[in-house]
Amino acid sequence: MALLSVNKLTKSFGGLTAVLNVNMEINQGELVGLIGPNGAGKTTVFNLITGMYEPTSGTITLDSNGIKKEIQGLKPYTICNIGLARTFQNIRLFKDLTVLDNVRIAMHKNVKYGLFSSFFHLPSHSREEALLTRKSLELLEILKLDHKKDELARNLPYGEQRHLEIARALATNPVLLLLDEPAAGMNPAETAQLTELISWIRKEFNLTILLIEHDMSLVMKICERIYVLDYGMVIAEGTPEEIKNNKRVIEAYLGEDMSNAGD
Amino acid sequence: MEQLFQQAINGISLGSIYALIALGYTMVYGIIKLINFAHSDVYMLGAYIGYVCMTKLKLGFLPSLLISMALCTLIGVLIEKIAYKPLRNATRIAVLITAIGVSLFLEYTTMAIAGANVRTYPPLTGFMNMSFEIGSVSITMMQIIIVSVTIVLMVLLQFIVKKTRIGKAMRAVSLDSDAAELMGINVNTTISFTFALGSALAGAAGIMVGNYYNSINPLMGMLPGLKAFVAAVFGGIGIIPGAMIGGYFIGIVEVLVSGYGNSMYRDGVVFAILILVLIIKPTGLLGKNTREKV
Amino acid sequence: MGNKAKSNLAIKIILLAATFVIIQLLIFLDVINDYLQATMATICINIILAVSLNLITGFTGQFSLGHAGFMSIGAYTCALITLRNPTLPGFIIGVFAGAVMAALIGGIVGLPTLRLRGDYLAIATLGMSEIIRIVFLNLDSITNGAAGLQDIPQFTNWIWLFIFTTGTVLVISNFIKSSHGRACISVREDEIAAEAMGINSTRYKVIAFIIGSFFAGIAGALYASTFNFIDPKIFGFSKSIDVLVVVVLGGLGSISGSIIAAVLLGIITTYLQAFANIQMILYSVLLIIIMIFRPQGLMGSKEVSLSIFSKLGSIIKPKKGRA
Repeated sequence: MALLSVNKLTKSFGGLTAVLNVNMEINQGELVGLIGPNGAGKTTVFNLITGMYEPTSGTITLDSNGIKKEIQGLKPYTICNIGLARTFQNIRLFKDLTVLDNVRIAMHKNVKYGLFSSFFHLPSHSREEALLTRKSLELLEILKLDHKKDELARNLPYGEQRHLEIARALATNPVLLLLDEPAAGMNPAETAQLTELISWIRKEFNLTILLIEHDMSLVMKICERIYVLDYGMVIAEGTPEEIKNNKRVIEAYLGEDMSNAGD
Repeated sequence: MEQLFQQAINGISLGSIYALIALGYTMVYGIIKLINFAHSDVYMLGAYIGYVCMTKLKLGFLPSLLISMALCTLIGVLIEKIAYKPLRNATRIAVLITAIGVSLFLEYTTMAIAGANVRTYPPLTGFMNMSFEIGSVSITMMQIIIVSVTIVLMVLLQFIVKKTRIGKAMRAVSLDSDAAELMGINVNTTISFTFALGSALAGAAGIMVGNYYNSINPLMGMLPGLKAFVAAVFGGIGIIPGAMIGGYFIGIVEVLVSGYGNSMYRDGVVFAILILVLIIKPTGLLGKNTREKV
Repeated sequence: MGNKAKSNLAIKIILLAATFVIIQLLIFLDVINDYLQATMATICINIILAVSLNLITGFTGQFSLGHAGFMSIGAYTCALITLRNPTLPGFIIGVFAGAVMAALIGGIVGLPTLRLRGDYLAIATLGMSEIIRIVFLNLDSITNGAAGLQDIPQFTNWIWLFIFTTGTVLVISNFIKSSHGRACISVREDEIAAEAMGINSTRYKVIAFIIGSFFAGIAGALYASTFNFIDPKIFGFSKSIDVLVVVVLGGLGSISGSIIAAVLLGIITTYLQAFANIQMILYSVLLIIIMIFRPQGLMGSKEVSLSIFSKLGSIIKPKKGRA
């Protein structure tokens, strides 16, 4: 049984159909890529899966630890708490907060002390805050951001902001991680580093990952399976090798030489 | 039934005033996203300028109206240049506090100069004092003047906004001021012009209220200003026809609640309607729903 | 770390106790006369109002123009209770009943309106507080309408003001330094990102609103019990604006800023009394000038920290190695 199954997902904005009858399955432990030309509807699919938009029709089912749940139309925070985390294409950090606070906020759902405890900083507050801070620092260490924990997020260099986005998503303790163009704006060296990081966190956190990316070198290198979206529809699905040689995909990219992209 | 007509006529007169003030709020909000709290005081100043013209200078209504509108235009532009322009890149709440400062400044300066007590406009004479009786429904000349002046001004405003270069610039700046600037539109001039238009309308409303209700005081702008703003929000803030519809709606509701219900609850009903509208359709009657792009 | 936190806490407690004792002594010696005591009460009440509004507007980012409405609920509740039961327990019950009533109404008002954003929320809260005022104006049999309630027993003194003001500041700053408080701040920073990180933004907006209203209720109760008289006019739109001015002058998102601004404004107003007829003109000009030259407020979103004292200390004493 797939961890995430998307069934006939459709979303129209007024007269414009952004996503039409999309079917996707992502199995436990897989790393799946979602590619397509600009405006193909990739981010809309993400927004539908993470509850930012409500689908016009179709279902999205998450099967986490044998509990099946339809998540379409639920609120983003509910979906996050079920175990889906995401990053944003146009980085949406809490810019005026510290690196540490960015991560601690994402860990909020684990906090058990109540409001009353927070008013008077009762022992339960101090105990859990210490634990929360420790866990956050561990996570920052993994992403090599621990030495910048007290910096404001806005002051980080671009690449580190992308890393912090991933750290923040991981802090919500997800089963499925959705990365929206994590390599956007990175140079080849940074992209290579990121590629390694993604493979590594996937093993370390036992994650399933769905990834939108424009950088073909990254997609072809680490994705096990790829969905190709064009005009809101899935036009191809398969291994990187199959996608490279798929006629419709090459047409969709109009001249972009796919066969060289992965080398 | 006749009473209803009478109320409707009173409501339309009052609504005209609200609509004139609301237009200034809505245009300024549309262009720089500021709730211009000082706007209601420009209206108050319009009433005082009219008072001076009609008592001290013994001018007639029409010249007084024009002088009042002209001076209010000047005041509006000055306020914008002195107090708001330096804050163009500040947070909106800082500009809002500045607007509150300007509002207090105008109120209390007027109070220091003209005194805190109520002033009465001279009684209307000649044809201005006429009234018409149709059955038991009576319409005063002043009501007819208010409604006709308002209609003329609104038509003029629509013409300026829709048909002139500067009107086109106003619409462009309110949609996207950065893009408008790149297209060669002088944003600062356009903003000043918007303040000028709004203030002229407020000035007209001020002098007409002075003649309609006879009494004016330095704090007279507060409540009507608030309700005119409600009218602007009701119709969809930033949308010119919305402010007109909102103004008339609020005026009529207010008069009907006073006439048929409890006048003490008049303002309460206005605010309750506002909240209902906001909850059901947050962008107002004519507003478009927009959502933030993720 | 632990030692440093403890010594910071000790310094804070000593400073607070010293402030309390010195002022109490000055009152006892009659250096602080009745007039100055009234000014002090106003300052304390404004601190409570500003800090609680700062939680809603500065930290959670929800623009409210209705704080006076919740203040009035506290004031009327406490006044009505102490008028019937003019005893000290009656006063304490009155203050808390006022706060709870304000919080309750805050929750009822907040639930539907907090879906609105920015200026729309501001206008809705403004409308709500006007409705509250109009209801008080019309509930003649209970509130005595426009004439207001007179001869409210006076229980508020420096001791109570001190307790409630420090209590408010402590509880709200503690809240902000908790995970729940951070959740509120994340809503201000980026609501969409906060929701994606599992934060129920509506819930935290309502929580901030309820806490803010609770303390506004306390401020209202103290007001009624300090000045013996309340009527609906006191709690109009201008009062909400006054509180917002304190918050913005101090800096949105800075508790110490709110406190400093409330104290400064209190002192300035006292001095301006000498120029009674142009007092408000000077005040408004001051407001415009401050906003033009320091639009982020006195403190921005920073807090005054005790590191100032340790810096002073290190200047006086030669530097030692960190223990």
